[in-house]
Amino acid sequence: MSAPRRRFGLHQRTIIINGILALIVLIVILQLWLLTATMSAYLGGNTVVVWPAALASLACLGLNVGLLVYLFRLER
Amino acid sequence: MSDPVSDQITRPPDGRAPEEQPRWRQDFPIDQHVEQYVTRREFTKFMVLTSVAFVVGQFWIAAQSLLRRKESAPGLEIARLADLPVGGSLIFDYPEPGQACILVRTGEREAVAFSQLCTHLSCPVIAQADQGRFHCPCHNGNFDLATGQPLSGPPRRPLPRVRLEIRGEHVYAVAMEGMAV
Repeated sequence: MSAPRRRFGLHQRTIIINGILALIVLIVILQLWLLTATMSAYLGGNTVVVWPAALASLACLGLNVGLLVYLFRLER
Repeated sequence: MSDPVSDQITRPPDGRAPEEQPRWRQDFPIDQHVEQYVTRREFTKFMVLTSVAFVVGQFWIAAQSLLRRKESAPGLEIARLADLPVGGSLIFDYPEPGQACILVRTGEREAVAFSQLCTHLSCPVIAQADQGRFHCPCHNGNFDLATGQPLSGPPRRPLPRVRLEIRGEHVYAVAMEGMAV
């Protein structure tokens, strides 16, 4: 991800952060669903889904961190 | 492009130039649009922290499943083959006292054992070896005698299996399969 070459004004950054926030909220809701579904499956004795779900959640976190890093670079 | 400093503070209340404003005034701005930006940025950080917490939770579950797999329940002598006719059944507690399981002798040197609790609402199941099934009288649930898989009725999950070993004339329970709690 390359840093933005031109500096955005506050109004533009507010629009960008609104978009980023919407994406991150969506991903976090997806992670919450993953966690509850995994817990339900695990308590039911199904351990097959546990590791793929953990890796999927880690990938979601990677996306979130990437978006946050982009936001920090935007403010430099 | 707009000047970043004037972006932050449009009407400094002390009347000084924007460049002379202290840093705290940039972090706690007066103008609503600036405040919106800062609060949303902080909320975004909090949501990423929540995301980290969910990942920790997922890996905690994964670690628990690994630990449980490594912990094998100790071997427990259940019965002597001579005491149990072919087709006969026996109730025993495994792996802990109070956790009822059911053993069925299916052949001369063959036996199966499962948790006795129906996976629908935990009623005790009854072995019906002649019909090749475990029957739950509460809601007419039926499980396959050999595999513990649900055959009919409300249950959707199989009965947790007890792994058995037959050493000489004795039947031992050595592990519990498909049971997280």
